[in-house]
Amino acid sequence: MAVNSKEGLSPAGIALIGIVLLALLALTIAIARFHWGAWNLILAMAIATVKLILIALYFMRLRYSGRTLWVFAAAGFFWLLILVGLSLSDYLTRRGPY
Amino acid sequence: MRPAAKPEAPGLGRSETGAAGQFADLEHERSASLLGMWTFLATEVLFFGGMFTGYIVYRTFYAEAFREAGGHLDLFWGGVNTAVLLVSSAAVAMAVRAAGQGRGKSTAGWFFSAAALGAVFIAIKAHEYTRDYREHLMPLRDLPFRFPGPHADQARLFFNLYFVMTGVHALHLLIGMGLVLVLAALSWRGRFSGGRDAPVEAVGLYWHFVDAVWVFLYPLFYLMGR
Amino acid sequence: MNNIASMPASPPAEAARLPARHYLNEAHTLRSWFLTTDHKRIALLFLASITVFFLIAGVAALLMRLELLTPEGDLVQAETYNRLFTLHGVLMVWFFLIPSIPTVLGNFAIPMMLGARDLAFPRLNLISWYLFVGGGTLTLYSLIKGGVDTGWTFYTPYSTLYSNSAVLSTVAGVFVSGFSSILTGLNFIVTIHTLRARGLTWFRLPLFIWSMYATSLILVLATPVLAITLLLLAMERFFGFGFFDPRLGGDPLLFQHLFWFYSHPAVYIMILPGMGVVSELVAAFSRRRVFGYKVVAFSSLAIAVYGFLVWGHHMFVAGQSPYAGLVFSALSYLVAIPSAIKVFNWTATLYKGDISLDTPMLYALGFIGLFTIGGLTGLFLAALGLDVHLTDTYFVVAHFHFIMVGGMVMGYLGGIHYWWPKISGRLYTEWMGRFSAITAFVGFNLTFLPQFLAGYLGMPRRYWAYAPEYQVLNVMSTLGASILGVAYAFPLIYLTWSFWKGQVAGPNPWEATGLEWRTPSPPPTHNFETPPRVTGEAYERSHAARGEA
Repeated sequence: MAVNSKEGLSPAGIALIGIVLLALLALTIAIARFHWGAWNLILAMAIATVKLILIALYFMRLRYSGRTLWVFAAAGFFWLLILVGLSLSDYLTRRGPY
Repeated sequence: MRPAAKPEAPGLGRSETGAAGQFADLEHERSASLLGMWTFLATEVLFFGGMFTGYIVYRTFYAEAFREAGGHLDLFWGGVNTAVLLVSSAAVAMAVRAAGQGRGKSTAGWFFSAAALGAVFIAIKAHEYTRDYREHLMPLRDLPFRFPGPHADQARLFFNLYFVMTGVHALHLLIGMGLVLVLAALSWRGRFSGGRDAPVEAVGLYWHFVDAVWVFLYPLFYLMGR
Repeated sequence: MNNIASMPASPPAEAARLPARHYLNEAHTLRSWFLTTDHKRIALLFLASITVFFLIAGVAALLMRLELLTPEGDLVQAETYNRLFTLHGVLMVWFFLIPSIPTVLGNFAIPMMLGARDLAFPRLNLISWYLFVGGGTLTLYSLIKGGVDTGWTFYTPYSTLYSNSAVLSTVAGVFVSGFSSILTGLNFIVTIHTLRARGLTWFRLPLFIWSMYATSLILVLATPVLAITLLLLAMERFFGFGFFDPRLGGDPLLFQHLFWFYSHPAVYIMILPGMGVVSELVAAFSRRRVFGYKVVAFSSLAIAVYGFLVWGHHMFVAGQSPYAGLVFSALSYLVAIPSAIKVFNWTATLYKGDISLDTPMLYALGFIGLFTIGGLTGLFLAALGLDVHLTDTYFVVAHFHFIMVGGMVMGYLGGIHYWWPKISGRLYTEWMGRFSAITAFVGFNLTFLPQFLAGYLGMPRRYWAYAPEYQVLNVMSTLGASILGVAYAFPLIYLTWSFWKGQVAGPNPWEATGLEWRTPSPPPTHNFETPPRVTGEAYERSHAARGEA
């Protein structure tokens, strides 16, 4: 079962991903300076997710790994979605906070 | 047949391929250890996920209080710490790459730099905690909690979440630093050469995961209410 | 435990001999047990430890039943009674039911059923046992400190702000043993993915493996949420970091959400392995392939996934929003589907089978009957309106005991009796086994059927005293519990006896089909002389008829 291949990014590629990550950090701090209401949270989370994906794909080499590892990597997040989603099904439908 | 294990404690020992006795060869063993580490990371996602759920629920109800409280965290040092962790992740990626090519001393060097960056992170975190303590924002046991603003109770909820989530994260980082230092020493002695580098890759995955958790903690705590 | 090989098989009529070298006589030192990485020895370590916890928790149950013999609180007072049912719940759930089949039978059988030499991570397996024993010791330490009175659910804010009992050490014990669960689940998942024998494709796996895979999924994905929940509880109680504290605007129901996100799937950690064992037993003792193999396999996975979607049915009257209640109620009904699929498929397997009523099969049939009752009464409780009446009554107690004791313990004992010849190399006395299985079935029904009635009539759970009109039912229940006690103590005696003195079993006394029966009994440390190859489907009889590999 080919769950992993030993290839990966070159040192230049690793450096590039690192720089992109730092740039995204600068971007998210810059956005936080503005007051766009709910969009602040949405954009901050979107940027964090992009960072997560970059780290997973390149630093954690998911991009060069087999299907099994993709499923395993996704499983935790899928179950987290269940936890958050069904909990919110309660909180968002309550009459008033508690 | 496999050579008999040490008679003292029955087990399989290692076969002539260098892999543990239950595996056919090193590649087989590597695929098992990577799968094992990814499974472990899935458990970690849910471990932190329980706390994130708490954050989401309370933030839904107390958005205003959370914004006020978030303004009391140190944006600058938090940002520096995020950068430190991102760079450390790049260093670990270099270490894993070097190990795959059998360059043990290079692996050791990169791992050592990652651990050093981890230490910088912890030092900055300690500085921040100290400041919070001085400002009476740390309601540990019977310590007083003083928060200027209309939502002091809910702000305390924010700080409780902040201390436990960043604290658990810092604990993970400390464990990661320990692992990385041990592996640095071992790889300096050539332990992972000849395709035996699966442990390096597994620990690397753990390090990146701890980094990725911070990627979410930073905006949720520091960037709200700027 | 050490002189098996040197001793001639006791009944002289039997010509069969134990193999000269096997995992039990490989080495005899204490070190060879406590530092072993052999999955079979670790299984026995787990067997010994969970038996101890089962006995302690059983004594707590017996004391409760004795107290409930009369309506007044005479044997123990309310305080003590609260500690007894908490002790019973905590030990039974985390230190017996959850580890039982996975760590004992799973550990022992999974590698052999896969044709592997060991689990993927043998040292992790040993660590798992040490964590388990460490957690158990912490929990027992709380017993010495006076026990806990929160109930096994540790609901906040009582557990964090008010209870004056040993909450922290108990919670710490459960927390530590949780990591044992996680490591065991992780080990099984990786093993099943990577260590299958040549030709053993996913759809040739025995159904026990499928159910253990599904169980491991839950162990790995749910247990971390319990761990963090208990950690937050401990932080709130010890450090004063309120998370569920209503005074700060925290929500005690958040604790319940997080807790039941683990603890409802945990119910399936307890029942899925039992279902896996029953699938093996039904196939072996009716000498047929399991009817609808793929459907049964997938229903295990379906139960594992659905199990995560229904936790809110524990909170119908706790203050959760009625809309969420509606969602959770509807989803709860869905779980009945894969469970029913299993029951129907077992029944269809029995149909026109060549059935032999050996001890394991009696346990399996008991499982099917009791699980069906337990499952169907679960549907009553999933109904929003009816649940208001039945919540916190003995109806609930009876319902989950039908699943956990009627289902899981029956499955566990069935599995122990089934694999015992493989574990020990010897046979127990058959009539004793049958006697225990039948006694357990009778005693169980006498204990818990009256509780359905008492609960329906309104008798609340968790009280040391009750209204006199419930006494008849309670006397029946206590009588049943005593019979059940005998039915559980007896196997302990004859199985232990047979471990040294029983008739030699031979490699495959049941003429069963799995790979584990193609090794000598007891197996050698490395399980197989040559790695086996699989060419046929699971439970194919012609395949087994070809003889030993």
